[in-house]
Amino acid sequence: MSSDTIVRLPDQATASIPKMNYLTKENGILSWLLTGDHKRIAILYLISLSFFFFIGGALAGLIRLELLTPQSDLMATDTYNKVFTMHGVIMIFFFLVPSVPATLGNFLIPMMIGAKDLALPKINLLSWYLYMAGGLLALYTMAVGGVDTGWTFTTPLSTHYVNTNVLTTGLAVFIAGFSSIFTGLNFIVTIHKMRAPGMTWFRLPLFVWAHYAASILMVLATPVVAISIVLIALERTIGIGVFDPTKGGDPLLFQHLFWFYSHPAVYIMILPGMGVISEVISTFSRKRVFGYTAVAFSSVAIAVFGFFVWAHHMFIMGISNYAVLVFSLLTMLVAVPSAIKIFNWTFTLYKGSITFETPMLYTFGFMGLFTIGGLTGVFLGTSGTDIHLTETYFIVAHFHFVMVGGMLMAFLAGIHFWWPKITGRMYPEKISQLAAVVTFIGFNFTFFPQFILGTLGMPRRYASYPPEFQILNVFSTAGATILGVGYLLPVLYLVWSLKYGAVAGDNPWQATGLEWQTQSPPLTENFTEMPIMDHEAYDYEWLENQERKKESGVTSVG
Amino acid sequence: MSDNTAHDARPPYLRHHFNSVEQQADTSTFAMWLFLLTEVMFFGGLFTAYLIYRNWYYPAFVAASHQLNVVWGATNTLVLIFSSFTMAMGVWCAETRRRKGLVLCLSLTFILGLGFLGIKTIEYREKIEKHHVPGFHYSMQSFLDPQSDPEVYAEYQDKPLQPDMAVHTEVYFSLYFLMTGMHALHMIIGIGILGFMILRARAGAYTSGHVTFVENFGLYWHFVDIIWIYLFALLYLISRHA
Repeated sequence: MSSDTIVRLPDQATASIPKMNYLTKENGILSWLLTGDHKRIAILYLISLSFFFFIGGALAGLIRLELLTPQSDLMATDTYNKVFTMHGVIMIFFFLVPSVPATLGNFLIPMMIGAKDLALPKINLLSWYLYMAGGLLALYTMAVGGVDTGWTFTTPLSTHYVNTNVLTTGLAVFIAGFSSIFTGLNFIVTIHKMRAPGMTWFRLPLFVWAHYAASILMVLATPVVAISIVLIALERTIGIGVFDPTKGGDPLLFQHLFWFYSHPAVYIMILPGMGVISEVISTFSRKRVFGYTAVAFSSVAIAVFGFFVWAHHMFIMGISNYAVLVFSLLTMLVAVPSAIKIFNWTFTLYKGSITFETPMLYTFGFMGLFTIGGLTGVFLGTSGTDIHLTETYFIVAHFHFVMVGGMLMAFLAGIHFWWPKITGRMYPEKISQLAAVVTFIGFNFTFFPQFILGTLGMPRRYASYPPEFQILNVFSTAGATILGVGYLLPVLYLVWSLKYGAVAGDNPWQATGLEWQTQSPPLTENFTEMPIMDHEAYDYEWLENQERKKESGVTSVG
Repeated sequence: MSDNTAHDARPPYLRHHFNSVEQQADTSTFAMWLFLLTEVMFFGGLFTAYLIYRNWYYPAFVAASHQLNVVWGATNTLVLIFSSFTMAMGVWCAETRRRKGLVLCLSLTFILGLGFLGIKTIEYREKIEKHHVPGFHYSMQSFLDPQSDPEVYAEYQDKPLQPDMAVHTEVYFSLYFLMTGMHALHMIIGIGILGFMILRARAGAYTSGHVTFVENFGLYWHFVDIIWIYLFALLYLISRHA
């Protein structure tokens, strides 16, 4: 494996990290907390996101530990409810939604389109502060007693029947929502108005297209969850009655409003990950992404269809049969653009010169697991099977295949892929390949048994279960342990590589994106002179010509 | 574009990551429109709730809407439309670099905004006195027995509602307070920003060619105005069509 690689590093004896870069430009904690630099804000996000991820992960560990035995013995059932609620809230609102966009998107979008920064740097910083305020409020809630409604805050449970901290958690999500709105708004404006000369829409890297589509969802869907949380808060405090059946309100209205955001939200989570996959697949197959236009438009199609499928979360909630029919059909339709992506990535591999560096391993993990996650989504979109499978572990397995198997794999692929650009140093290849494989194995051990548990009828959200389900639950818990190791490893060796990693040079992967045509780590203003895009995206011949020119001593602008 | 000449031509308000003033102005205006789009979605949730409940509980909505004072509502609509006019004049003054005119227009907008909130307070107070605020003290007396509310009865001669329909008037008032309250919150934020702008405009800001902030605030103010026009029609004028 190691002999067959595209990695091209500068001579380690002479190479060094450029003295002037965005990390060394200013020093001191204030230069970070008051920065307008999109790259520094991305780092702030990366650190805080990882923090929340490990809290959410620890809660997941507690859940799996409790489910090791059929009785509820590790914690009381009420505590269990709080633990899985906080796991969901933290992982969804404070990890998955901002994960790739706020870190990699923030860092890379301006560089990929040849801009000096995002269009609104102050708003960008504000969005990080809002994220932190929301996140810390959520942690505070957890410390003072937590909340046990599940991450969906379903009425009337959340408004009438529970006595836990629904208000503070709601406020935390409300604040984090604005952080997400501002990120999305910033991306859309940047992609429209800040592109370098020659960077036409169909020369944009697919990473940018995917973020554009996700940003549309952030901007249009998030305000709706904001207003539904306001309504929950008012219902709880003064009893306004909009969701209260005794006054003529309808609890289902809450679910409509909530899922109008929260279904598009899963595309907010997955689309940026798909963008990462496009970049990685192309680079490590040395080929332009097959069907560039189709992949670009499939992102937008997912965003558009994503708005019209929300009621498939409510098939058993008493919506009309006709609504079920229509939403079931629309749900099937959204599988089409996702399949277009998977097929096009596969065709990109076909006759490519594939190498197996770590980002590529994670990407293969993504493609397999996301496909399973997506296809089981079709089972759930079919109303007949949904009635049997919904509220069971089948659902849990389905969305973990998409979110953890899909999104988290993509996130790790992206972190490894751009690590040399972000830090200027390579991560250690061998151990990170091991981590990718461990993650894949651990993941399948954890979540595949849950598909079987679900079809056998084990309901989600209970601390205890019939003893005949124990063997599969033990499998799942054991797998979670392996998965945990798979996630700890990158933290250790990535931190190690900050000091001891090999110097990466400008373009260790020989990738074509504009972000690779400048120094690593980049300057605060990204480019020494404004880049001019004179070739298509993923044009490896252009790159070779550039290299040849460099070797023959001709310097060129680009 | 060579870096040196570009640097010489850069006015102080041009941020480092933009290439030209036009690009900067374009960008922030585009961002403002997008922000207004998120606001549309935000209010959209409430309008959806209104649409559904109004269809379900039409008689209750009609009877409850008769509790609103159309004269006050219409006055407030005029106040807001006029404030939009003064705001638009303010933008024009900024563009044509008339400092005094700008301060005057912004101040008028400020006063009209306060006037709107003042009238809204009078209306809210009436609702509080009649126990029409949803929640624990809500009373549906005016709808079960319209004659107990002589002023409104004199105007509309409403028939009593059945108790199971009268209970839904509370949903109407929930939506009334939510929508007008959310709107008033936007007015308060707007008035706050106006105050800040007046202070800065007196010191000479916005009239030296950099008018984006005033323009974008103008967009916001007009947006809040338009929301009110919808609210007025939907909440006050339910039964007033042929």
